[in-house]
Amino acid sequence: MLKTRVIPTLLWKDFGLVKGVGFDSWRRVGSVQPAIQVYTLREVDELILLDIAASGEQAEIDLELLADYAALCSVPLTVGGGVRSLAKIQALLQAGADKVSINSAAYQDIDLLRQASLRFGVQCIVGSIDVRAEDGVWHCYSHCGQVKTSHHPVEWAKKLVDAGAGEILLTSIDRDGTLSGYDLSLIKAVVEAVNVPVIASGGAGNYEHMREAIQCSGASAVAAASMFHFTEQTPKDAKAYLNKHGVAVRM
Amino acid sequence: MRVGIVYIGMSNTASVCRALEDAGASPFVMHEPCELSQAQKIILPGVGSFNQAMNSLKKMGWVDALQEHVLGQKKPLLGICLGMQLLLQQGCEGGDSAGLGYIEGAVQHLQNLGCQARLPHMGWNSVAYAQPHHLFAGVASESDWYFVHSYAVQTAHTESIIGQTEHDIVFTSVIAKDNVMGVQFHPEKSGKQGRKLLENFVVL
Repeated sequence: MLKTRVIPTLLWKDFGLVKGVGFDSWRRVGSVQPAIQVYTLREVDELILLDIAASGEQAEIDLELLADYAALCSVPLTVGGGVRSLAKIQALLQAGADKVSINSAAYQDIDLLRQASLRFGVQCIVGSIDVRAEDGVWHCYSHCGQVKTSHHPVEWAKKLVDAGAGEILLTSIDRDGTLSGYDLSLIKAVVEAVNVPVIASGGAGNYEHMREAIQCSGASAVAAASMFHFTEQTPKDAKAYLNKHGVAVRM
Repeated sequence: MRVGIVYIGMSNTASVCRALEDAGASPFVMHEPCELSQAQKIILPGVGSFNQAMNSLKKMGWVDALQEHVLGQKKPLLGICLGMQLLLQQGCEGGDSAGLGYIEGAVQHLQNLGCQARLPHMGWNSVAYAQPHHLFAGVASESDWYFVHSYAVQTAHTESIIGQTEHDIVFTSVIAKDNVMGVQFHPEKSGKQGRKLLENFVVL
């Protein structure tokens, strides 16, 4: 039986790891290399590494550094941030990424996903969606939450999957860094609209939040950053908790 | 032990190399079929579509060369993910095309095999052993492995089925016939037991 994944998210900016609240007020929380080493040693299910500088500032991910990081990682690694071309996707996969997350570029040219999935396979193309609610209405945001788009996350998720995304990484900007729980209704709405795995992201503060996202909203995986950076909670204990509550996980 | 990894253009060879080095082997990536002569063992990885991968193999002259080294000289071959599927006779991803045909059977979309669960089948899932095999020496049955795929193999003969996995339906996830082996999951991304499997392949 397929296990539900618990995935630490690492936000990479310049030379270190950061974490913010609502995609803002970034705090340094450590270095990338030891974080990957520790998570690999503890056999986490998967890792997500997002270069947030590459997304907002039109910069490029440092491929040499990425290759060093990927070499340390014996579990699947999803890499994102500033992914705008087929050549870039190829370079990231060659540097050791197993999956590539595409966000902002998809709004400019959704055909990028179509071409990428044909060339590299749907299994390595992750469609990433960042969502903010205004007056009770969800809107997709690009460029690390800085640019509001005209798209609704449910419709946009369907389009990404039609274009070739093999997985959806769904992040609530409103909940990001708050430790107050995932946006359960957002996750449920997207899970019901698409037939690929959906990773819940943004807001995890405790193990119960993860259980809710899985059992109430149908997430195939739960991602968390602040919860692992700023509290004593660990992916391993998260899975023990989930297992006790009837969620199939890899122990 | 020189382990040659076939380069089909888009595979993530870095993590396979690293895992093989940890297992005590000397892996090297083969860009040309002539390099097969330096390999004592062969790994066929693969991402992308069946059709595209077969086209690349044909164009580069791999098909005849692999046949000589695998079926002729009996060098052990391990196919990973798409590389496992290529070992069969027939694939349909990206259009019908013939595979390498070392193991009798064909590759089907999981949906066509009756799977109604979310696809791709992505994440950690267990393998139940259908029969003992050296690849799994020292690894408990029902251990979890990292999968990411939408197609699965259907072998013509049950003797070539080594392990099976459940994702709404039960499909074949490990196959072997003589010196030819294939795993649908990614051992290089399956943590400790993945390393163990590659080590078992190296000392085979």
